[in-house]
Amino acid sequence: MNSKTVLYILKRIGLAILTIWVVITVTFFVMHAVPGGPFMGEKAISPAALKALEVKYGMDKPVFEQYLTYLKDVVTRFDFGPSLKQRGRMVTEVIGDGMRISARLGLIAAGIALVSGVVLGAVAALKRNKFIDKAIMVLTTALVSMPSFIIGTLLLILFVITLKWLPGNGASAGGLVLPVITLSLYPAAYITRLTRSSMLDVLGQDYIRTAKAKGVSKWKIIFGHAMKNSLIPVITYFGPMIAYIVTGSIVVEQIFAVPGIGRTFVSCIINRDYPMIMGTTIILATLIVIMNLVSDILYKVVDPRINFD
Amino acid sequence: MSNDPKHRFNPFSMHVNVDDFIPATDEEKEYIVQMRPSTTFFRDGVRRLCRNKVALISFIVIVIITLSAIFIPLFWPYSYEQMLGVVPGKPVDPSYNNLQPFAYGKTEQKIIEEGGSVFPHIFGTDSSGRDYFIRVVYGTRISLAVGFFASLIVLIIGIVVGSVSGYIGGKVDLVIMRIVDIIYSLPDMLMVILLASVLRQTIGDALEGTVLERIGSNIISLFIVFGILYWVSMARLIRGQILSLREQEYVMAAKATGARPFWIIRHHLIPNCISVVIISTALQIPNAIFTESFLSFVGLGVNAPMPSLGSLASDALNGISSYPYRLIIPALVISLIVLSLNLFGDGLRDAFDPKLKS
Repeated sequence: MNSKTVLYILKRIGLAILTIWVVITVTFFVMHAVPGGPFMGEKAISPAALKALEVKYGMDKPVFEQYLTYLKDVVTRFDFGPSLKQRGRMVTEVIGDGMRISARLGLIAAGIALVSGVVLGAVAALKRNKFIDKAIMVLTTALVSMPSFIIGTLLLILFVITLKWLPGNGASAGGLVLPVITLSLYPAAYITRLTRSSMLDVLGQDYIRTAKAKGVSKWKIIFGHAMKNSLIPVITYFGPMIAYIVTGSIVVEQIFAVPGIGRTFVSCIINRDYPMIMGTTIILATLIVIMNLVSDILYKVVDPRINFD
Repeated sequence: MSNDPKHRFNPFSMHVNVDDFIPATDEEKEYIVQMRPSTTFFRDGVRRLCRNKVALISFIVIVIITLSAIFIPLFWPYSYEQMLGVVPGKPVDPSYNNLQPFAYGKTEQKIIEEGGSVFPHIFGTDSSGRDYFIRVVYGTRISLAVGFFASLIVLIIGIVVGSVSGYIGGKVDLVIMRIVDIIYSLPDMLMVILLASVLRQTIGDALEGTVLERIGSNIISLFIVFGILYWVSMARLIRGQILSLREQEYVMAAKATGARPFWIIRHHLIPNCISVVIISTALQIPNAIFTESFLSFVGLGVNAPMPSLGSLASDALNGISSYPYRLIIPALVISLIVLSLNLFGDGLRDAFDPKLKS
């Protein structure tokens, strides 16, 4: 690693921290700009009780002071305050519960997407312009054009309602199969296309021809020479993939009734549970920003030739 | 050059060789005739686009969908919000709710028995007795309009900020680009959800009584969100183009003759990066339709009773086991629109800016 790489990484970390701060700030002030405040939905609340609630949640203080307190709590103690609608529970507890389920769902989906995408992409590249390549390209083009909620609901109609093979409830055993498939189809299609184009690029390079001329076996060329280099661009997709899976899980968990963070998020929006909305947004955004950071840095470290400026 | 030996041996001779000035023979004229008629950049691109069958078919599909979304509601006998079972002064007729495709309600059946004709409900009706076909058509109209106008907003903001930043450069550029960096690295979907969920409450009161109220606070907030978040990639693109274009000689010539910066931006820089702009706008539209349908599905989309393809799909989720076609139809339309827009955008890019092809 030369000093330029180190400088790049430091700059990138700085930008990530700045981004997270912007997310926290925007989320805070946007949420406090809502007219009526968070207790509007409560039925028949007396002015005295409202006052008491506001004092309890620190809402009687000036907005800027609340902001500083919130920022300090989030950064130093990872404390997002109590949930408004789920009495007696902290935001972090509720999010933690949902996160355990969603993380499992998301990680399995990401794993499947990576493996199937790389395999299909490599197959398509090696069988260039043959039937299988064309079939893979048509399929992935179609998949990239379908919103995740459409893939999800179509799978639901097919496997749960028509064929009755799988349960539609994500909380039950076997219920995670369809959500995982739904979440992984789009990234898998994207990775397939990415791998195919970079593999084709690599296969045209001189060192592959040299290896062939030396008499290296076909499989050794594919796995030892071509694969390694053609996977580098896939690294850049790690960040966007996590972002897709996070936002995708919001609808997918809704469709298949998975009690994860995405479903909690939607119900918080409907119930106007402000601390929960803020907490979830900030945590998920931080996750995405960090994943983007990691994939950018990995890319730079793996292939120092790449210049981002 | 003639083969006159004298000429060859003495390059410093001031004698004019008369042979160099004889009229060209027909054969020589043939040599400099152009291979094909000259063509403009635009016509060349269109020619390349027309040869791309996939792009052409996608374009036809888009045109057909757009025209039907605009014109079918004009002559269709039902409207998207009309509950067929509800007739003023009479009790609600539930026989109109959840009709199967090509089925009729009670009063309609009576008319048919008496020999009258009733316009068929091609896709049946929904749970409130509204003709589903016209709702899908209207939903397509809304989704397309949202996609188009959202992209237009992105385009305008992107052009203004990108060209100013690229042309002025220096500290202005530095500040704008840092802002762009930050917005670019924000997780867009989460911010969209957050802003949309707050804006629709905030601006609902502000819109009351204005023309914008008819569009609905949700769509307006969607536009605002797009205006805030998605201009950055367009601005980056245009800035990059402007940075390379402003070093060209003709810009220097314009400057030397005293042209003002905004005149140069308008007359030299923007026309020269217009193809890149059109291509990325074409690819932005499906993105916006995607986002709108996503938000509608989460419940943050258009205001009821207005349908959009996303909200139709989301509503259909409740009766999915009895009426799966109600979900499949809007799903198909969305996929068709997004797919053909994507393919057409790719074709545009290949035809007008082959350099961009990756």
